[in-house]
Amino acid sequence: MKPFDYIRPATLAEAVTEAARPGSAYLAGGTNMLDLMKVGAAAPERLVDITRLPGLDAVEWLPDGGVRIGALVRNSDLAYDARFAASFPMVAEALLSGASAQLRNAATVGGNLMQRTRCAYFQDPASACNRRESGSGCDARDGENRMHAVLGFTEHCIAVHASDFCVPLVALGAEVEVESSDGKRTIPIDELHLLPGDTPQMETALRRGELITGVKLPAGAAAFSGHARYLKLRERTSYAFAVVSAAAALQIEDGRIAEARIALGGVAAKPWRAAEAEASLVGIEPSQPAFARAGEIALASAHPSGANAFKIELARRIVTRVLTRALEGTPERMPALPGSPFAARPDKTSGVAHV
Amino acid sequence: MSEQMSPERMSPETQTTFPRHVRHGSNSGQPVSRRDGRLKVTGAATYAADNHPEGLLHAVIATSTIARGRVRSLDVEAAKAHPGVVEVITPANRMPLHHDPNEKMPPFGFRVEVLQDDTVRYVNQPIAVVVAETLEAATEGVRLLAPRYEEEDARTGLDNGLRHEAQSVGVGAPGTVSFGDLDAGLKGAARVTEGDYSTPPQYHNAMEPHAVVAEWDGDTVTIDMPNQALRMSAASYAAYFGIPAENVLIRSPFLGGGFGSKAILNGPQILGILAARQLGRPVKLVLTRAQMYGPVGHRGRTWQKLRLGTGDDGKLTALHHHSIGATSSFDDFVEPAANASLMLYESPAIRVEHEGLRLDIGTPGPMRAPGEASGSASLEIAMDEAAEACGMDPLAFRLANYAETQPGTGKPFSSKALRECYEQGAAAFGWAGRPLEAGTMRDENGFLVGWGMGTAVFPCPQFPAEARATLRADGTALVETGGADMGQGAWTALAQLAAESLGLDLDKVEFHSGRSDLPDGGVAGGSGHTASAGQALSNAGGDVIARLTELATGDPDSPLFGAGNIGVVAAEGRLHRRDDETRSQSYADILARAGQKELVGTGKSGRDPASAEAFAMHSHGAVFAEVKIDPNLMQVRVSRLVGAFAAGRIINPKLVRSQYYGGMIWGISFALQEEAVADRRTGRIMNADLAEYHVPVNADVPRMEAILVPEEDPRVSPLGIKGVGEIGVTGTVGAIANAVWHATGIRVRNYPIRIEDLLRRR
Amino acid sequence: MSLSISLAINGRQHDVALNDPRVTLLDLLRERLDLPGTKKGCDRGQCGACTVLVDGRRINSCLALAASMDGAEITTIEGLAEGDELHPVQAAFIEHDAFQCGYCTPGQIMSAVGLIKEGMAGDDPERVRELMSGNICRCGAYQGITEAVLEAGRKAAENAQPQTGNPDTGKDAA
Repeated sequence: MKPFDYIRPATLAEAVTEAARPGSAYLAGGTNMLDLMKVGAAAPERLVDITRLPGLDAVEWLPDGGVRIGALVRNSDLAYDARFAASFPMVAEALLSGASAQLRNAATVGGNLMQRTRCAYFQDPASACNRRESGSGCDARDGENRMHAVLGFTEHCIAVHASDFCVPLVALGAEVEVESSDGKRTIPIDELHLLPGDTPQMETALRRGELITGVKLPAGAAAFSGHARYLKLRERTSYAFAVVSAAAALQIEDGRIAEARIALGGVAAKPWRAAEAEASLVGIEPSQPAFARAGEIALASAHPSGANAFKIELARRIVTRVLTRALEGTPERMPALPGSPFAARPDKTSGVAHV
Repeated sequence: MSEQMSPERMSPETQTTFPRHVRHGSNSGQPVSRRDGRLKVTGAATYAADNHPEGLLHAVIATSTIARGRVRSLDVEAAKAHPGVVEVITPANRMPLHHDPNEKMPPFGFRVEVLQDDTVRYVNQPIAVVVAETLEAATEGVRLLAPRYEEEDARTGLDNGLRHEAQSVGVGAPGTVSFGDLDAGLKGAARVTEGDYSTPPQYHNAMEPHAVVAEWDGDTVTIDMPNQALRMSAASYAAYFGIPAENVLIRSPFLGGGFGSKAILNGPQILGILAARQLGRPVKLVLTRAQMYGPVGHRGRTWQKLRLGTGDDGKLTALHHHSIGATSSFDDFVEPAANASLMLYESPAIRVEHEGLRLDIGTPGPMRAPGEASGSASLEIAMDEAAEACGMDPLAFRLANYAETQPGTGKPFSSKALRECYEQGAAAFGWAGRPLEAGTMRDENGFLVGWGMGTAVFPCPQFPAEARATLRADGTALVETGGADMGQGAWTALAQLAAESLGLDLDKVEFHSGRSDLPDGGVAGGSGHTASAGQALSNAGGDVIARLTELATGDPDSPLFGAGNIGVVAAEGRLHRRDDETRSQSYADILARAGQKELVGTGKSGRDPASAEAFAMHSHGAVFAEVKIDPNLMQVRVSRLVGAFAAGRIINPKLVRSQYYGGMIWGISFALQEEAVADRRTGRIMNADLAEYHVPVNADVPRMEAILVPEEDPRVSPLGIKGVGEIGVTGTVGAIANAVWHATGIRVRNYPIRIEDLLRRR
Repeated sequence: MSLSISLAINGRQHDVALNDPRVTLLDLLRERLDLPGTKKGCDRGQCGACTVLVDGRRINSCLALAASMDGAEITTIEGLAEGDELHPVQAAFIEHDAFQCGYCTPGQIMSAVGLIKEGMAGDDPERVRELMSGNICRCGAYQGITEAVLEAGRKAAENAQPQTGNPDTGKDAA
């Protein structure tokens, strides 16, 4: 690891000033940053440890019913916050489907939003990667890319965003509060992560030194709490990144879908909101054909970036399936295997039937 | 899934009570808990890298990022300028060795890379060593070397590797074996099923990375390292450094897993010892997880073809198994995969053949069930396909082809309770209700359900080993052998055997192991350590008892006087007359009366050559698997695994069951998860870690059962022990693949089975 | 740069003069404070062997900077037993043969202690499996691990709160 200066500011103002200096990076839970520093994919000259900054570790309920989550709230604390999980169950389910209990205990809300891609070529300094080193090329394009993007990629970068948490946040229209020495602003989460275009090194809309201080979920987002699920396909039952994942939330009124939210993970360089698919469901009676059509619409512009055409079909199917699960209703208790296809409904009993 | 079973119901066998003192006065056969348990749960068990001698330096190896070519330059100056860096060892300044690393070191040594020149032969080959006062400095020193290469095209697959006939496969097995007339068998078959199968490169990935802490004192060296073959390694290291073997002390009390990767000398560990010598200070060198993907062996990739001819009666008429195994450009270890077809099923004609494929990779080596795992993974699918073609139940098909004698040779088996394994496994699993047709079972959640089975088999070698037993004046004993406990439970099972032979309770026996200066415990490999070192210990104990008997029966004042011909029984620290057990004398008393402070016995083990010639010797088993598969998303979960195994005498059923579970979990891993994915252009493994190279986590393992099928076998060894460490992998892989077929109707012949393989329509 | 940090490890206060901010909590314990019970399996948060409790919560110590742990209370495997008396999780691990090689065991046990504190698994084996999935056991001792965690969890639910030892103080240079 390259030597760095370690700074632990006491105030937010001090932190953002320090971080504005070139070569600086914020350190919170460290679960992604330290890993990247160890493999050489990140080499900050100065780490600004923000873990002791006051006022960033609370879940605050706003008068209008929305919620503001401090950037330093740990992933596990948020997922296990009873009121939060009841209001935004698919966010809690997504959080608990990610990483491991240990990592969720360390990782913060802000850090989760800022995690970098898992692309093996990004993580390998011996490989060309436009995201890590602008203009160096993309070794993933003709490389081992079965897990790479099927939406929104370019020849410059085919990496995917790995966060689970961000997928339901995008679906629910969360807003990201950021602060720098220039002041505060709010960024819709759908605009936080950038598609690669021809500048894959620009990963987020944050400006130099800007710090995420919190995430807000609007009051309306809680209206989906009865029909909201997260579903994540993995190559082992737990402790694995998504092959593809999806969040779906419905509001059902008089047997019809009043509002729908759908977002996909593991398919693009950002959590992917499927707005047209959402629109296709509004006002209709929920049905399998309608859900299948939503899957088709969500992936209409998808194409393989390599040996990953199967992800397109999987993504279609996961949209259909997560909508089905959302329609069935949010389980009263978090499933034992959050986000898993094997998170069976608790009212079912064991047994095998021959058909 | 709602298998809300209580843990008690998950493994009913643990509730079984075993009769105490099955044999004279010992805990052998009892499910005693691990003797090293307390050390391991308190963090007090010392693994190699936990050592920290005074004045320690940290060494980190720099490894290549190319697969083939030369190192053109290293920025040694930059590395040395980093604060804390003490030395950079490169081919330019590396001290000479007394053995040419390009030559194999007999008996099992491979060619190794220890900075002999600037050639690069595979990715992650050591190209320099940075030694520093701290780990952080050494690590950064490696980065600062910024190697530049002269790169040649990497040979990474069937299309560009060099194929060659493999004269020998595995560790000295013949590459081609043929019995009967294969062509006639195929021609005369009512049907022939054939298929192409492949298995990926897999890496041992023991949780403990390879490590060495070396400290020299003149021409003697003390080495802390995880090691599966202490004496052999000590002799090899001595040869590398030109010192007598007795000058090398290896301490390896605990291995954090081995699976074959810590049995054979490798470059990085030699380099750690070398760095300590060159710098005159103790050195610790630990591989990073990524560096374990290259210089410390792996299970080589295979491409296999199987052809099975079957008659109208469902009996095999011909069995042809061909395997291409990837090996390195500079050494030979071809996975003996096809040899799995020589062990299990009766057929009038069998041919197994191997080819090697030279690639720019680190040399493969033995990894838990080498050959048997990869070969049975394919064979068991092929058997399932043949059963399907015959319209037969897979178990009935295997029973129809049950080998009463060794296939081809007709040699009798020393013992073979496979039929009982099939019966008991099938009964516990509930196999009888299985529909023949695929894709017909669903669970209450609508998941596809499939049941599959496979036969497990593994040879049971017995290696040369030695041991010493010392009976002390107080009636306790010290028993010693330089064995290795990599998790199988040697500290416990070997001590149980020693206690049994000495007629002592386990707590009266002090067991020393894990050091190369003890009697040679042999190799902890081939599932043969308990059979080998255990027999030596047992013989050593027997030797002590024989000497003790001589003392007692020759002592006119002993209650045992004159009982020499009648014989005595050693039990609970006393010798008893065989014809009258009320007449006995304590060991302490015998020694005291003889005026002896202690009595030393020695023992050796080794397979009886006549028995080895006359009999085929294997452990056997049957594994039954249930998988559940999401009907749309096709994610697979193994929901149940039942294995029934017959492996001769069981010394400690608690530990043995754990070995079977572990092997079966490796089967899950092989079937559904493990694959090192190398970039076809560079040969770099793009998932050389534990996040993307998947091995099972706890949630992958819902319910398992291991049935210990009784089996007595006086022919394998006097103790009748076979071996349990590897067999669990075999059979399980195929059972899971067959269950996936049964759930979906899709035959996947390439491991691991991936979601995309199951997305295609039936 | 040199940093002074102060942290309590297993109830004992350590004032550490850290001469290198790159040192992780894991390497601090293993290489500088003579507490090698915590193991390094991957050094990247991918295996769980390095799990310790920080302020009562289980984390991967390989992904925590020592500098960042200033003021923290840390419990490692060495601090779990009360003298000769094993922690219930430790005892259950032996009883259920919840390990083979033992290398992942300190992490498994610390993770289990954290899991039981979190109170999210109850007596549901499936929840235990999921919440223990951050600890890889290559030997495959998962069945025993699950049984051991369930048993220790039941005992913890029956018994009173576990007490902690008396802190003493010490100085360390690292």
